[in-house]
Amino acid sequence: MSCDFVLITFMLESRKPVILIFFYTIGVIYILRLFYLQILDTKYQSLGALNSIRREINIPLRGQIYDRNGKLIVANEEVYDVYVTPKKVYPFDTASFCNLFNITKGFLDSTLTAAREYSKDRPSLFLRQLTKEEYASVVDAMIQYPGFTFEQSFFRTYPGKTLANALGYIGEIPQKKFEEQEEEYYRKGDYIGLSGLEKYYENELRGIRGVKFTLMNVKGEEKGQYNEGKYDTMAVIGQNLYTSIDLELQQLADTLFKNKVGSVVAIEPSTGEILAMGSYPTYDPSLLSGKAFSKNYTVLSRNPDRPLNNRAISAFYRPGSTFKLVQAAIGLEMGVITPRTSFIGAPTMFAYHSGPYEAANLYNAIEKSSNPYFYNVFRKIIGNNSETSPYAQARVGLETWGEIVSKFGFGKKLGIDLPSETKGVLPDVKRYDKVYGKNQWKFSNIYSLSIGEGEYGVNVLKLGNLCATLANRGYWLTPHLVQKTGVNKENIRGIKVETHRTDISPRHFEEVVKGMGLVVSNGTGRSAQVEGIEVCGKTGTSQNKRGKDHAIFIAFAPKYKPKIAIAVVVENGGFGGTASAPICGLMIEQYLKGKVERLAYKEQVASTRWTTVAGSASRTTTTSTPAKTTN
Amino acid sequence: MAKDIDIKQGIDWTTIWIYVALLIVGLMNIYAAVYNVDNPKPIFSLEHNAGRQILFMFVAFMLILVILFVDFKVYDTFAYIFYGIWIVVLIGTIFLGSDIKGSKSWIKFGSFSLQPAEFAKTFTVMALAKYLSTMGVNVSKLKYAFRASLFILIPPIIIILQKETGSALTFAALMIVFYREGLPGVYPALIISFIILLILALVFPNWAVVLGLALFGVLFWYLFLKRYERNKQNFQRILGLFILFSGFVLTVDFIINNVLAPHQQKRIKVLVNPDIDPLGAAWNVTQSKLAIGSGGVLGKGYLKGTQTKFDFVPEQSTDFIFCTVGEEWGFVGSFVLLGLYFILLTRLLSLAEKQKSKFARIYGYGVASIIFFHILVNIGMTVGLMPVIGIPLPFVSYGGSSLMSFTLLLFIFLKLDAHRSYKV
Repeated sequence: MSCDFVLITFMLESRKPVILIFFYTIGVIYILRLFYLQILDTKYQSLGALNSIRREINIPLRGQIYDRNGKLIVANEEVYDVYVTPKKVYPFDTASFCNLFNITKGFLDSTLTAAREYSKDRPSLFLRQLTKEEYASVVDAMIQYPGFTFEQSFFRTYPGKTLANALGYIGEIPQKKFEEQEEEYYRKGDYIGLSGLEKYYENELRGIRGVKFTLMNVKGEEKGQYNEGKYDTMAVIGQNLYTSIDLELQQLADTLFKNKVGSVVAIEPSTGEILAMGSYPTYDPSLLSGKAFSKNYTVLSRNPDRPLNNRAISAFYRPGSTFKLVQAAIGLEMGVITPRTSFIGAPTMFAYHSGPYEAANLYNAIEKSSNPYFYNVFRKIIGNNSETSPYAQARVGLETWGEIVSKFGFGKKLGIDLPSETKGVLPDVKRYDKVYGKNQWKFSNIYSLSIGEGEYGVNVLKLGNLCATLANRGYWLTPHLVQKTGVNKENIRGIKVETHRTDISPRHFEEVVKGMGLVVSNGTGRSAQVEGIEVCGKTGTSQNKRGKDHAIFIAFAPKYKPKIAIAVVVENGGFGGTASAPICGLMIEQYLKGKVERLAYKEQVASTRWTTVAGSASRTTTTSTPAKTTN
Repeated sequence: MAKDIDIKQGIDWTTIWIYVALLIVGLMNIYAAVYNVDNPKPIFSLEHNAGRQILFMFVAFMLILVILFVDFKVYDTFAYIFYGIWIVVLIGTIFLGSDIKGSKSWIKFGSFSLQPAEFAKTFTVMALAKYLSTMGVNVSKLKYAFRASLFILIPPIIIILQKETGSALTFAALMIVFYREGLPGVYPALIISFIILLILALVFPNWAVVLGLALFGVLFWYLFLKRYERNKQNFQRILGLFILFSGFVLTVDFIINNVLAPHQQKRIKVLVNPDIDPLGAAWNVTQSKLAIGSGGVLGKGYLKGTQTKFDFVPEQSTDFIFCTVGEEWGFVGSFVLLGLYFILLTRLLSLAEKQKSKFARIYGYGVASIIFFHILVNIGMTVGLMPVIGIPLPFVSYGGSSLMSFTLLLFIFLKLDAHRSYKV
C-alpha cells in the first residue's frame, strides 16, 4: 500500500460495510426519485395527462329560457359538427366534395392539413354547425368519404325574437377566461355565456358535462372503458331559466321604441320581478348565434348607437324631475314640509312654469313639477340641522339626506341578476369637497340636486326601481329577471330576493302618490292616461349637453295594489310628458288589459321619431352644470 | 462429502423466499403488462408472455433441483472448463445466432430461443472466483489485478460483437468483487464517485449537489468515524475530497455546455430533460416516467394500469417491467419491490462474508454485484436516472434466458453456502 492510498486505509479493515453503504445509497436515491415522480410531482397524476386515456366530453343541451307565461324565449336548434380523422381518409373527388359542403378547395386543403398536423389518428373539427337540412342533404353521400364523421351539437334560437340585450349571447370562450378557469372545465373553442343572462346564469344553463374516459392504444384505436367507467360521468342537461318577462309586453316595447333611442324597464312592484327590459336600438339575437357570430359581432360593435350595450342597466342619465318625488317623501318624513306647505313668494333660483300658484301645496307642486317649490323643499331638508354656518349646515344636511336617498338604491348596485349593472352616482360630501374644497361649499352650490339635476348618474333600472318603491309606498325588492331555475317542474329552485326599506312612513308616500295621480289626471303626464285605470306617474327631463334633453317618464298602475311600475327614457326625446308618457300608458294598457285597444295611437307613438345624437346617452357626464328648467 | 449434509437444513431459506416472492411479483406484473382489457386471457395461456413465464419457472425449478443435487465442488473444480466452453459458445453464437431486433445473440431451439450472453455472467463469476482464490494471487498487486480483469473483459468483448451492448456492460459490476478482495479502494471509489457525481450534476442543480456532498461529509464524520479517528488528518482528507468532488460537479456543467458538440450535448441533456425531444430520443423515458408517475401513492390497482398496456411503454414485460409495478402498485409497491431487492443483497453479502472458502465468498460477492448492477441500471433507466440500456430486472422481467441465468447464478451460491462448513 503506498501512502498515496492512505486516504482510504481505514476502509480496508472491513470492506463489506462500504459495499453495503454503496448499495444502500443507490437504493435511497431511487426511493427519493420514486417519491418525487409518484408523489411530489403531480403533473403525471391527472387523467388528462395520460395519453392512453382519451377524455371524451359530452356537452348537454343548454337550458332554455321562458317568459312568465311559459312562452319560449330562447331554445336550441340541433346541428351537426363535422369531424375528420385524417388517417381514415382515402383519396376522394375533392371537387364534388367541396360542392357538397359548399366550401372552397383552399378551405378543404388547409383544414385537412391542420387536422393532419394535430393528429392523424384523432378526429379534428372540420366544419361547424350544419343544420338538419344541410345534414340530410349530405349524409347519404358521405359513404364515399370515409374519415368524416358527424357529432351532434346545438346553437341558440330565439322564438321570442326579442330581449337581446338582457339575454346576452354565447360564444367561444375567450383566451383570458380559458386560462383563468380554476378547474379545467372548458376546452378551447367551447361555448360560454359572454353577456347578459347567458353569462350570469352560465353555471345553471350549461348543465354538467358528461365525461367518458376511453382507453386507447398507441395508434389511437379504442380499447374499451377506463376502469369500468368508474370515473365516467353522465351529462346532465342544462337548467331552464323561468324568467319574469312578459313576452307580449316586451314585444310591445320593441314596437313602441322602433324609431327611438332609449330604454324601458317594467317591474312588478310586489315582487321585484322584471316584466320587460328593453334597450334601443336593439338587435336580432339570432345574429349572434351560430356561424355568423364573428361577422355580425363586428358590425354590431361598430354601430355608434351601441346596440350591444344594455342601456337599461348601464347608461347614465340624470333622474330629472322624477327625483322631486324622493325630495317630497324625505321632506315629509323629516317634517320640514306638510302636504299643505306653500312656498308662494319664497325666494328661488328657478323660474315658475305657470306662475307662483303652481307651488300652492305639495300636490300642485308635483302635478306641475314646480322647480321653485322643490328648491325650497331641498333647502329645508339641507337646513334641517343645528349647524349655524351655511357651510357646515350644507355639509351635515347633505350627509343626512344622502343616507336616506341611498336607501332608494341610488349610488349603489341594486343586485339585479345581470352582469355589468352600473352603480350610478349619488353626489356626496366628498365629491363637493373635491370640487370646491373642504367647507368651501354651501346650499347655493348644490341646489340643482333639488330637481334631479347636477351630479347624479342613474340608469333606467334605478328609475324603474324608484317607481316600484313609490308604488309599494316605501320599500323595494331586489329587481330580478329570473323567477326560478330548473330542469323541469319538480326540481325548480327559486331566486333569493331581498326586501329593502326606505324607512319612510307609508303615509308620506301616500301623499306623494296622490300628487303622482294628479300628474297623469291633469298635470304634465296626461298622455300616460289609460281608460279605466288610475295611473300614477311623473315626468322628468334629463339634461344632456350633446343635444336635446332625454325624456323620462315613470309610472305605476293601478294606484292601489299596483301591478306594474315602468320607467321609460327616450334619448333626445325632450319633454318626458310628450315622448315617454305615451309609451308608459300603452305598456300599462297592454299589461293590465292584456291587449292594446288604441291601435291607431300605438301606431302613432311607434312611428314618432326623435332626432338623436348617436351614443350621447351613455356618455352623459355628471359634472356640475347650472340647472335649467326641468319638468 | 456433500451427501452428508441435509440440503433442506443447510440451504438458506430466507434467500429462497425472497426469490419466490420476486418470481411472483414478476409473474403478476408480466400478466398485467400483457393483459388486454378487451380480450382477457387466463394467466396460464401460452399465447402471452405470462403463460410462457410460468413455463420458464418450471424449467427453473428443474434447474434448481439439478444444482442442489450436483456436488458443490464441481463449480470450483471445473470453473475454468465451464468458462472456456462458454467462451466458445459465445463466439459460435456470433456466427450461428438468429437475428432478433438487430442483435445476433440468440440461439433458436424450436419455438424458444436462448441467449448465451445471459449465462456468461455465471461462468465468468465462477472463473474469476477460481482465479482470485488461487494461492498467491493478490489483487492488490497490479499484476494480478490485470490478469484477473482479463477474465471479465473477454466475454463482454464477444458480447459487444453480438451487438448486445447492454449485457456486456453488466460485467463492469465485478469491479465490486475486485474491491472486496483488496484492490485499492481508491480506484473503484473514485470511478464510482465520479459516475454518481456526473449523474447527480446532470439531474440536480449544482448547488444542491454541493450541499448534498457537504451533508454527506458531515454525516460520514459523525456516523462512520470512531471518536479517535476524528483527527485533523482525517478532517483534511474529507475536506480535500469535498473540494475535489465539488470542483468536478462545477466543471461538468462547463464541459457539457462549452466543450461537447451540440449533438453530444443533446444526448446527455435528453436524459436530464426529456422535454427537449419527447417524441424522439426521449420517448421511452417520457413514457416510462409518465407510467410510473401516474401511479401515485397506492397505484391504479392491479390490471388497471393504462400506460403500461397498449404499447405506450416499450418492452413493457421485459426491460420496462418496473413501469407496471410503478403504475399499478404506486410508490408503496415500488418501495416494497426495491425493499425485497435490498434485503436480498444484504443477505447475499452477509452470507458471502460467512463463507470459509475464498472461492465461495468471491462467488457470493460476484452474484450480489451482478444483481445489484441490473437493478441499478434497469430501475435507473425507468425512472429517468440512467440512459436507456436494455438489461432485464432480475427474477422479475419476462424472459427464459434471463430467469434461467439468474437462477443458475443464485442457486450455485446457495448450494455453496449450504456446504460452507466444508472448507475446500
